[in-house]
Amino acid sequence: MNELIYFFNYVVVAGSVTGCIYAMGAIGVTLIYSILRFAHFAHADMMTLGAFVVLLLTLAFPHAGDALGLPTAIVMLPLAMIFTSLVAVGIDRVFYQPLRAHGVKPIVMVIASLGVTLMLQGLIRLFSGTGAESLYVEARKAIFRIELPGVTRPIIITEPQVILFVVTLVAVIGLHLFLTRARLGKAMRAMSDNPDLARASGINTKLIITLTWVIAGSLATLAGTLLSLDVAFKPDLSFFLLLPIFAAAIVGGVGHPYGAIAGGFLVGFAETLAVFNWSVLLRPLRDSLPSWIELPNNLALVGTEYKIVVPFFILIAVLIWRPTGLFKGKVI
Amino acid sequence: MNPSTQQTPSQRPFPRREILLFGGLALVVLAVFASMGPAYATRMMVEAACYAILALGLTIQWGYAGQFNAGIMGFVALGGFSATFFSIPVNHAFWASDLPGRLGWVLLAIVAAVALVFAVSRIDRLGVPRWLRTLITVIVALIAYLVVISWLRSVTGDIESQVEFIGGLGLPVWLGWIVGGVLAGGIGYVIGHICLGLRSDYLVIATLGIAEIIKAFLKNSDWLTRGTATISPLPWPVPDPGEVGFVTARALYFCVTAVLIAVIFFLLHRAYHAPWGRMIRAIRDNEVSAAAMGKSINRRRQEIFVFGCILMGLGGAVLTSFTGIFDPQGYLPLNHTFLVLVMVILGGPGNNLGTLFGAVLVYVIWIMSGPLALALMHLVTALGGDWFGWQPGNLDSRALQARVFVIGLLILMVLRFAPRGMIPERVAQHD
Repeated sequence: MNELIYFFNYVVVAGSVTGCIYAMGAIGVTLIYSILRFAHFAHADMMTLGAFVVLLLTLAFPHAGDALGLPTAIVMLPLAMIFTSLVAVGIDRVFYQPLRAHGVKPIVMVIASLGVTLMLQGLIRLFSGTGAESLYVEARKAIFRIELPGVTRPIIITEPQVILFVVTLVAVIGLHLFLTRARLGKAMRAMSDNPDLARASGINTKLIITLTWVIAGSLATLAGTLLSLDVAFKPDLSFFLLLPIFAAAIVGGVGHPYGAIAGGFLVGFAETLAVFNWSVLLRPLRDSLPSWIELPNNLALVGTEYKIVVPFFILIAVLIWRPTGLFKGKVI
Repeated sequence: MNPSTQQTPSQRPFPRREILLFGGLALVVLAVFASMGPAYATRMMVEAACYAILALGLTIQWGYAGQFNAGIMGFVALGGFSATFFSIPVNHAFWASDLPGRLGWVLLAIVAAVALVFAVSRIDRLGVPRWLRTLITVIVALIAYLVVISWLRSVTGDIESQVEFIGGLGLPVWLGWIVGGVLAGGIGYVIGHICLGLRSDYLVIATLGIAEIIKAFLKNSDWLTRGTATISPLPWPVPDPGEVGFVTARALYFCVTAVLIAVIFFLLHRAYHAPWGRMIRAIRDNEVSAAAMGKSINRRRQEIFVFGCILMGLGGAVLTSFTGIFDPQGYLPLNHTFLVLVMVILGGPGNNLGTLFGAVLVYVIWIMSGPLALALMHLVTALGGDWFGWQPGNLDSRALQARVFVIGLLILMVLRFAPRGMIPERVAQHD
């Protein structure tokens, strides 16, 4: 039983956490792709930016959350979401809009987004330094231990993880309702299906583009902050997020928000399962195994240092066997 | 061929722009020679020449064919590893032990495992249903992988604990350069084979990923590369600074790189003006009509991608040999991918001369911007401290981050205001 609890703590919980983060990132990437038709590489840095803004606000008002009984960082989220959305819209107006007006190829937009990546990275590191900082400035992370009868090892789950699950659920349901019920959401889907037809039928495409950046910026802030809350804020956060997020978006089918959620969880769980040491689960069976099988101590598929290989291979596998993604996104 | 359709020098417009720009660049380089001393300036020129090889590699991918490679760092690191592995002295302790034999058996086992998995993946030809074949293949691959990887881990662990690492081959360094180019080309072939038929964005993601994986592998394989412990010194193909002095040794090295660049430049020039080059440009500018003319688009793309990667591997090998230390952590996306990108798009994608110009200019600016950024940062902190009480720590590392910002801004500005670079590609017009 203890081994199963260990499995639950290190795979189910950890995988869900990574999955939620990747899913929220991949939704943003896929939305931008479906409206603007280019792969936005600066998305992971928008996550870092959002988390950094939260960090600054938390440092400025460390006790703002006490009244509500929540971590201060969570209370500061709406402000940071507004700020990051404004930055995203501003970046679009200053850098992407003129290129779009010139009618450049999508690959040039990709290079421009790499330029934006470098700018954001440079700015964040310029102001934050290069070290890691906890988002719990003057508070402590609450850890819940759930004891089950008959086992010694408790189920461990932390406060940020609970918040992350709740926030992801709310964000996904909210986005779903917005895309299917609201007028603007329907307009957004129309534009993703056929931009020319959408424009001809009187949809304000400029407004839709702005809205896309607002949604993407807000989701990026949510994901970045909740990840930093769970671990710590690091300026090179984006570096470890870029590949998994794109793998998730492509696995789910580019331009397909629900696919992005599935892709995010798939990549998140694949990563966690790949670095999990399976030897732990097999250990209770050791006595019943035939004697010629020697159980090695380390049965992880890949070492933690090679974690980045997992999303890459998922990406390659999808590109080889099913380039449209699992959910039949845009034909690429 | 009718002489009137051939491009003769007299029909060409006088290259005033090129002469002015290169003259200005020569003045800048001379100014560096005068102000920083010949030892510093020759080092800068050799490094700029190595970067020029990388930039030529990217210019044929991005400029000639419109493929964007965001993983130059990985190919550079691979070339660097090859140069290191071939040139450093042999580790006799390793070869005297039983470890080479065990390592050889594990390598054989890897080959056997790959063959086994491949064979199992074909059993549907014997009448096994396809879904069952896929299931069996996955299970066999998983088991084979786990078995082989545990053997490999035990051997590499023993190598690390008994003889530290496997050492080099003690061969001439130019052999390592060539093999570095070949290795990079091989990786480029695999990546290109998977991604080039798809959208151009996918190539960017895949190359970004492979670069990080190559770096992670070189960094964590202590048995092969000593990992973070780094390997130095690396031998040069020319006399060492210890024998003939810094300036002479670096000048000799510069001659080697200059010959390399001249050869590459000549070959590229011929290829660009050959039917093959026209075909590549036709595919870039209008894929559909090139396909309608019967050109094999994916095969040509594959060729040019592999050629570019070979140049990147070669450039990386030459650069690493010159640096004299193999440090996997020293390969950074900023220094080895984005700097090269700036060189190409600023100089003129698709124009070899423009790329050379961009490489030297951007490298000079990059090298000189370090001290400049530090000075600016001190000024800003002094002001910030006075006005807002902002007291940042580790100033130097932050000042270097400011350069990241500038590089990003430069990319965006060039794309916006000079999308064809400072010396644009000049496509020959035939009447």
